[in-house]
Amino acid sequence: MRLTVRSIARAPIPSMLLVMSALALAVAAHAFPGRAETARVTSVAHYTLANGLQLVVVPDRRTPVVTHMIWYKVGSADEPAGKSGIAHFLEHLMFKGTARNPAGRFSQTLATIGGQENAFTSTDFTAFFQRTSREHLASLMEFEADRMTGLVLTDANVLPELQVVLEEWNLRVGNDPGARLGEQVTAALYLNHPYHRPVIGWRNEIVKLNREEALDFYRHFYTPNNAVVVVAGDVAAEDAKAMAEATYGKVVPRTEIGPRVRPAEPQPEPGAVRHVVLADQRVAQPSLQRSYLVPSIATAQPGEAEAIAVLVHALGSGSTSRLYRELIAEKGVASDAGAWYQDAALDMSRLGLYGTPRPGVSLHQLEDAIDGVIAEVIDKGIAPEEIERAKNRMIAAYVYAQDNQASLARLYGAALTTGSSVEEVQSRPERLRAVTAEAVNAAARHWLDPRRSVTGYLVHDLKQREDKRS
Amino acid sequence: MTRHRGYGVMRRVLFASALIVLAAGPAGATSIERVISPGGIEAWLVRQPSVPLVAMDFAMIGGANEDPADKAGVAHLVASTIDEGAGDLDDKAYHQRLEDHAIELSFSANRDHFRGSLRTLTANRDLAFDTLRLSLTAPRFDDDAVERVRTQILADLRRATTSPGGIASEVWWHTAFAGHPYGRPVHGTLESMPRITIAELKAYAKRVFARATLKIAIVGDIDAATAGLLIDKAFGGLPEQPELAAIPNAGPQGLGRRIVVDLDVPQSVIMFGGPGVARNDPDFFAAYLVNHILGGGAMSSRLYTEVREKRGLAYGVSTSLVPLAHAQLISGSTATRADRTADTLEIIEREMKNLAENGPTDQELAKTKSFLKGSYGLYFDTSSKIAAQLVQIQLDKLGIDYIDRRNGLIDAVTRGDAQRVAKRLLDGKMLITVVGKPQGVTSKDVSAAGSGG
Repeated sequence: MRLTVRSIARAPIPSMLLVMSALALAVAAHAFPGRAETARVTSVAHYTLANGLQLVVVPDRRTPVVTHMIWYKVGSADEPAGKSGIAHFLEHLMFKGTARNPAGRFSQTLATIGGQENAFTSTDFTAFFQRTSREHLASLMEFEADRMTGLVLTDANVLPELQVVLEEWNLRVGNDPGARLGEQVTAALYLNHPYHRPVIGWRNEIVKLNREEALDFYRHFYTPNNAVVVVAGDVAAEDAKAMAEATYGKVVPRTEIGPRVRPAEPQPEPGAVRHVVLADQRVAQPSLQRSYLVPSIATAQPGEAEAIAVLVHALGSGSTSRLYRELIAEKGVASDAGAWYQDAALDMSRLGLYGTPRPGVSLHQLEDAIDGVIAEVIDKGIAPEEIERAKNRMIAAYVYAQDNQASLARLYGAALTTGSSVEEVQSRPERLRAVTAEAVNAAARHWLDPRRSVTGYLVHDLKQREDKRS
Repeated sequence: MTRHRGYGVMRRVLFASALIVLAAGPAGATSIERVISPGGIEAWLVRQPSVPLVAMDFAMIGGANEDPADKAGVAHLVASTIDEGAGDLDDKAYHQRLEDHAIELSFSANRDHFRGSLRTLTANRDLAFDTLRLSLTAPRFDDDAVERVRTQILADLRRATTSPGGIASEVWWHTAFAGHPYGRPVHGTLESMPRITIAELKAYAKRVFARATLKIAIVGDIDAATAGLLIDKAFGGLPEQPELAAIPNAGPQGLGRRIVVDLDVPQSVIMFGGPGVARNDPDFFAAYLVNHILGGGAMSSRLYTEVREKRGLAYGVSTSLVPLAHAQLISGSTATRADRTADTLEIIEREMKNLAENGPTDQELAKTKSFLKGSYGLYFDTSSKIAAQLVQIQLDKLGIDYIDRRNGLIDAVTRGDAQRVAKRLLDGKMLITVVGKPQGVTSKDVSAAGSGG
């Protein structure tokens, strides 16, 4: 129970972010036959201040607390070549104080008034948040506006923090063979696009990051015209706007941020179906993971991302899903299997499958079984009732999300920093409702193409894999 | 789907009390009602008609403590299979019913309690509570479903055998509570899990699920009368009294020992713990404040500052009070690079010693009191969180007015109390487990106990 290692603080959790995004949809599972679903979309206000900063206010007046987040449109995919990990390192350094609020004053204030805080980094965004009782909102904005441009870094506070980041790397990557395989699969999947880098960075580059590089990165990307503030909780939209004008509104933009154009992926090579095997003596339970290159909400044709989301749900979310039923319940080749879809991404995103073989079943056999499920979906399609169930559950999850101001704030922040919009988030239930069986099955045929995928095997040793293949 | 089936004559629904909660705190003007169902079952209710859902949490005494001595993991396997079919519904039909109606129903077992959590849209609440009734009173534990879940748990257990955090935790508990139910892994072992029989799952459900130890909290779009009827529907069929094993109280053993487990990982995981303070101990809040100052949640604890901020030795380091039903602990953990493991251990021990000898400063105490009061509301901002809090308050026997009294309890702690309790908590030796390849850190037994590594 509580005697487990808890990672506190300032955590970008690359894999976790992914999981959460998948969960946002997975949890979205659960439907209701009633159509009350569209009745509860909270009224959300969206402003753009004169200096370009965007503000989203999501009122939740039930409890006198607020969630305040600032999202910068910068992530690991925006890093200069050779400086992987700098976005995440800077996220850590943002807690080191400013001229006006030196070392730790912001955190100390939260530690006194009773606030929670943290931060996280992803491929496309870096976000900081605080949760406090409502009367502190203006003060949170003041602190956050101050550190948008006022950060002061010295070697004395930068050097130990680099060690912290390396311990974070140990915790998330070095100590975890499954995470290392995940890095390899992603790196193999993105041949050209910077999404191929781990959010935390490659270790050989992390160790060389320094204060000047962090500040250069900061000066370029941390500016009001590159930020989205999301406030969810017990505040009226006009009041939040007035507070934001008085704090964030005073920050002068320091750079013009152009369009975020990254190198695109080439067309899939017709002859290449890629596999990666990672062997580690600590792997006591082999497993398989596969990623496909697919569009995100931002890059998809209208309706396509929703169709992919429904497909993934019917394919691999919950125990009525195809993968669960066929691999676990019927064929008995897997003890665990599922699918996820990272819908929020500025560029081409990923759809993932995973499975754990039962004892006596090789990864090769498991992969064949997974391919069998996919072939059947492509060949015969997913039945309308399965699609309805998936849609109902996803729409219901959206209703459940209305109960959690922090989740709502994340939903809007992620959308606005990955090329999507408030309107898109709000219209999700209707757009999911409109997904047809034809669209789902067309998405399956088009996107579940092995040439668009990389499959990873996690094994104890390479010999084990060869033995079992035969 | 059943929708407001006729219940015939509504019998007596009592509202034993309706308290205004937290005039200035977490739940704002929300009130907690004590509902006694027509069948005599108590639940705490917070009405929130503004979101069309109902969340309910419940708990009963008897978690992994009720596992047979040689069959660790029974409670976990029950919690993992009780939603795999019930009554006429086989596993597939059961899941389909939940999924078709967007009902979220989950069960879990920790050391002391069996818990459940239900979330439903208002429109489907009758069906949701009825499905819960089926699970509690007529779980099927069908052979194929149990085997399927067992296979998954075994895969998790295999993974844990090489996870440094998993090993550090298991060795710690096994050593600290040798011979006591707390010494057994809650999720079972690779050796015990395959041997658990379906008869044992059924026996567990029959012995543990009972009304006498049941604590319930409901939050959402529902009134007291309806809540009473639904509670009776879900829980009314349970026997009044459970048949629970007698669990002795125990203190952690092995204090002063350090156990190093060799594992080829770049980072050493450290776990440490010693005797804590019971939830009903008059010193609980003093201990709570002391723990917060030493290694509690905020990013300003002494350990966080010394281990992470100043030296960059770890990504996280924290401590917490663990008040179990039959033992009280203070425990902590961190993960640090192999070549600095000894330094990290030394710093943690030095900080504990310093706090034990000198107590916290007035400023730290004031800041921490302010934090604990100010942050309480953050635990009440979703229906599910409120339900979980209200069940915990009932399990801890703190009373329905606890949320109102809590600030006073925090404010009442004096510097003298904190100093005395810091000594009580942190002056003694702890049991430490280290997993990895720590340089210069070896196992030591109690007799060789000294400081440093």
